[in-house]
Amino acid sequence: MNPAIGYVAIAAVAIASALIGFYGLRVSRTTSDFYVASRTVRPWWNASAIGGEYLSAASFLGIAGLILLTGSDALWFPIGYTAGYLMLLLFVAAPLRRSGAYTIPDFTEARLESPWARRVTSILVIVIGWFYIVPQLQGAALTVRIATGLPSWVGSVAVAVIVAGVVAAGGMRSITFVQAFQFWLKLTALAVPVFALLFVVASGAPAALPPVEAFPPSAGPGDHDVYRTVSLMVALLLGALGLPHVLVRFYTNPDGDAARRTTLIVLGLLSVFYLFPTAFGLLGRAFAPDLATTGEADALVLLLPGRLVPGLWGDLLTALVIGGAFAAFLSTSSGLVVSLAGVISQDLLGGSVRGFRIAAVASAMVPLLVALATEPAGLAGSVGLVFAFTASTLCPVLLLGIWWRGLTARGAIAGMITGAVLSGAAILGGAAISAAVPGVRPLLEQPAAWTVPIAVLVTVFVSRADRGRVPRGVDAFLSRLHVPEHETR
Amino acid sequence: MPESMLLAAAAGVVAGALAVGVVVLLRRLVVTSKELGTDAERATYETLHLASRAAKHLRGDMTEADAARAGRHLRSMLGADSLAIVMPHGLVAIDGDESVRRVAERLAEEATATGKPQVQRRIALATDTAETDAVAAPIRAGGAAVGAIVAFSAPVRAGLVRATGEVADWVAAQVELGELDASRTALAEAEVRALRAQISPHFIYNSLNAIASFINTDPAKARELVLEFADFTRYSFRRHGDFTTVAEELRSIDSYLKLERARFGDRLTVTLQVAPEVLSTVVPFLSIQPLVENAVRHGLESKEGGGRITITAEDQGAFAEITVEDDGVGIDPEGLADVLAGGTPGEHVGLRNVDARLRQVYGDEHGLVVETNVGAGTLVRMRVPKSQPGRTAASVDAVSRPDGRLVP
Repeated sequence: MNPAIGYVAIAAVAIASALIGFYGLRVSRTTSDFYVASRTVRPWWNASAIGGEYLSAASFLGIAGLILLTGSDALWFPIGYTAGYLMLLLFVAAPLRRSGAYTIPDFTEARLESPWARRVTSILVIVIGWFYIVPQLQGAALTVRIATGLPSWVGSVAVAVIVAGVVAAGGMRSITFVQAFQFWLKLTALAVPVFALLFVVASGAPAALPPVEAFPPSAGPGDHDVYRTVSLMVALLLGALGLPHVLVRFYTNPDGDAARRTTLIVLGLLSVFYLFPTAFGLLGRAFAPDLATTGEADALVLLLPGRLVPGLWGDLLTALVIGGAFAAFLSTSSGLVVSLAGVISQDLLGGSVRGFRIAAVASAMVPLLVALATEPAGLAGSVGLVFAFTASTLCPVLLLGIWWRGLTARGAIAGMITGAVLSGAAILGGAAISAAVPGVRPLLEQPAAWTVPIAVLVTVFVSRADRGRVPRGVDAFLSRLHVPEHETR
Repeated sequence: MPESMLLAAAAGVVAGALAVGVVVLLRRLVVTSKELGTDAERATYETLHLASRAAKHLRGDMTEADAARAGRHLRSMLGADSLAIVMPHGLVAIDGDESVRRVAERLAEEATATGKPQVQRRIALATDTAETDAVAAPIRAGGAAVGAIVAFSAPVRAGLVRATGEVADWVAAQVELGELDASRTALAEAEVRALRAQISPHFIYNSLNAIASFINTDPAKARELVLEFADFTRYSFRRHGDFTTVAEELRSIDSYLKLERARFGDRLTVTLQVAPEVLSTVVPFLSIQPLVENAVRHGLESKEGGGRITITAEDQGAFAEITVEDDGVGIDPEGLADVLAGGTPGEHVGLRNVDARLRQVYGDEHGLVVETNVGAGTLVRMRVPKSQPGRTAASVDAVSRPDGRLVP
């Protein structure tokens, strides 16, 4: 394909995002529309922003690639990514919004009245954020390589530098609009090609694989491993609760009710969005089976339009997809970098403006080093592991902190460390351990189903043993979390 | 093989962290064993350590749980068998044998009444066959006895009597410090009230004059202005809540500016740039409006041809930054520094008040930052953390109409 189109698409998305970030403040020149400026963000806007932040490389490229590789197993990913918001809606969104704590470390400190609980949470949030940025950068490397023919590392470096630069220069003065813009860009960038491709396929242009080969029963739902599926769902459903950049968005809502409404809209938006990567994956199984190799499969979304639609239209569709993919890397990474820089600068650098800049650069550069040092291993899969880690560490503390008055600082810290050690060992050391003991392989590949319950049990038992140290302000804090605002007036 | 590389890196990090931890631990062990010092030094350290741990429970409004926690430390400091802290309103916290409560209350009453330490020997205990002695020392804070410390030991020697007296005096000092904190808070509250009172006379007079000039020529506008005036005063004079949201503060600024524009006409232009993320940020009540009022009254009023005010609110990660800028006559920096440092109050008293309250609530690094010079306009900047779990914005107890105006 034509590299020029790739360059133009990438540059256009990067510049548009930076411009909206810098000039996206609501400006009013007369007092007559003062109210417009001082009105809080509508749930629709906010929901689009959450969608924009949430739909990462894993959703945009990874799911289609995984469907191509493994078949219907991969369909659990979009279900899990979306249903995670149902959990958020049911258990976390409104109470957390009412707590007044802006980040998860703030929440644990306020709830448990313990600076140590805060420190442990901060470290986990930073680690999770870093490892969540890594797949975004790997996706960028892949996209740039395919779009322009430049070496892979250029893509990772470009995204890391753009994001760090824009955030550190104070360019995210109003990140909501950037993210909302990028959500609709991503949706368009997948929906238009899917409709175009379906149209081309329906008019019977290229030759497809016969259905039996494209959709063999062995890759169908009959072949599911129950443990793996359950474990993946636990990871995705609970992992979404603890993602740092997602929670921050809820503070843009004026109250808990708006937070709930926003979540409901997010559920709808995500459900619509995930139709399209799924469609891409199915088309890929029929029309591009040769891409089904590890490492290349994630490029399916980028390559398919060019293969099925020849000529200028194919190039334009490809440019649209590349732009959408870049929007995915930029939005998720900048959302993460902003929230990580907030946590790092507040906890380590005294909360100054300069500290925020340093922290922003650090939050982009550490993942860049990791991304350059490691080989990409499937985008959807690596994001799934980050979800598993989040589910085993932050999720028990968040859920128990909101819903159980008996939680103590020691219990929370013990649970977080247990979850981190177990799931971290399973994720990092999985390959080595299962080489020695082959029987435990599935347990280590999808650890959430056992690490989350163990972390919850440890949290509960240590808290019970430590009953005397239940924070004194717990009743006041919990009633604040659970009593709707308009009744406290 | 990248996975094994990652694994090796992780193992290296863990091993390195463990090694560092072990070295630090060993070093601390060596250092502390060297520096433990003589018996006297250690006793001093022990006493001061217990005192500082007890102190934090004795400040402020003491509850029974606070007193009990402090009592535990005080008892080990005195080496007594049981210790009771008796405070006014019948608050009694006992560390040790609970059965001494009745005796403790009686002795405390005697000690507070006489103002002198009381010693009683040979008290029979319900739970124990042995007898015990007790010494009670009054806690004298602010010239009056407010409670007593009662220590039980068998036997009570002169040393314990003296030590109990000293401990009671020390507790009294802590209680007085707590009262100092309380009066500091009360002072800050009084300052807020003073600020509310300060807005009024000048502004009310000007606004009413402006409204009066419209009554005959443009009754509809006059009516609108009276409603704005009502909204503004309603917000400014509200009685409850020390905090509000940026959005509500902006609403009150809008009412304020509408009234000022009635007077200034086209000479006053306003630009507003607001990041919606910060609208729900909690800020101290009346912390932005005085900045705008300062810009109008001291920046633009005396400038020929009026000028522009720019209000921005930005999202900066964990903080919200709010700036108010005017292109008016500016302020003499030295004079302003003098006012902010607490010198002669006069002009810019609003700035000083906001500055003091921001510092008191968020710490010294969150005071106002003012960039100004004579003839160069003024830019006032405040930075508040978005995360304030302890504080709720008290809402104006009225429902918002769809157009955003408050109805009573």
